[in-house]
Amino acid sequence: MKEEFSLRILRTLPREKAFYFFTSIGNYTGQSAASLKEFMEKISEVNVKSLEFHLYRGDFKKWTAEVLEDEELAEDLEKLQGTSTSGDILRNQLHAIVLKRYKELTGQLISLRKNPPI
Amino acid sequence: MKLKNNTLALDAKDLKILEALQEDARQTYTTIGKRLGIAHSTVYDRIKRMEQHGIIKKYTALIDAEKAGEKNITALMTVYTSPKESEEVAETLCKASQVLEVYTSLSEELQIIAKVVAENQESLHAFIANSVAPLPGVLRIRTSIATKKFKETQFSIVNNPKELTFIKGKHNRIGEKNLERRI
Repeated sequence: MKEEFSLRILRTLPREKAFYFFTSIGNYTGQSAASLKEFMEKISEVNVKSLEFHLYRGDFKKWTAEVLEDEELAEDLEKLQGTSTSGDILRNQLHAIVLKRYKELTGQLISLRKNPPI
Repeated sequence: MKLKNNTLALDAKDLKILEALQEDARQTYTTIGKRLGIAHSTVYDRIKRMEQHGIIKKYTALIDAEKAGEKNITALMTVYTSPKESEEVAETLCKASQVLEVYTSLSEELQIIAKVVAENQESLHAFIANSVAPLPGVLRIRTSIATKKFKETQFSIVNNPKELTFIKGKHNRIGEKNLERRI
């Protein structure tokens, strides 16, 4: 069950369900993420304005909860939304939150494969 | 009015008829005929032939959306695409009801320029994020939301740039009498 749960969150989504990074209304950066791993990588690369734009609109929270179906990560992102962090500090915090979650999920998978439940 | 390679070559009379129709498409053949000094049957024949050849595409109403209670926003969207998928992206945009006009342009990069309407900024963003950005071949998008309209008109025989010349030393406005026509 746990393995299935982790795998579901770590899956690669179809193109139309990917997260598309914009810097403002209608201004698409050309960067998108179709999985949690890719999302984490793009956080390091994309224009920081895009991170500010999406975080404070609640887009990250919405996508992680509704598309990736990871309520836990969505809650952490919502907490960050409540702060007024910006610029590279925001980028680092955002990356740290997503990395922590990614490690948790991949770690769960590794340990489940090493020690399968009896 | 002559047929050249199966396409209709318009003469001065046809252009005058088109001009009259663009001013008011509801006027009768007789009214147009009287105005141009030709028989109403000639007007009828010429209009029918221009309809058959697709020169007159349709008769429609120009609606003032604001007065009709529509509080839409208009945006000009530039979609940068890879050359391979450009046509497909343009064709997909044409199918969307929010998209009013679509053009392709080749400057430094291949671009598609589209005029888009939406209820508000949020629905404009949702349309672009969900329906345009995911299209294969879309590299990035720049959108400008119009804040004030200064002019909006359709292409007209009257203001066709090829047909008009400004008189030197006068301040002219398109459609006024001080424009000379070169037909």
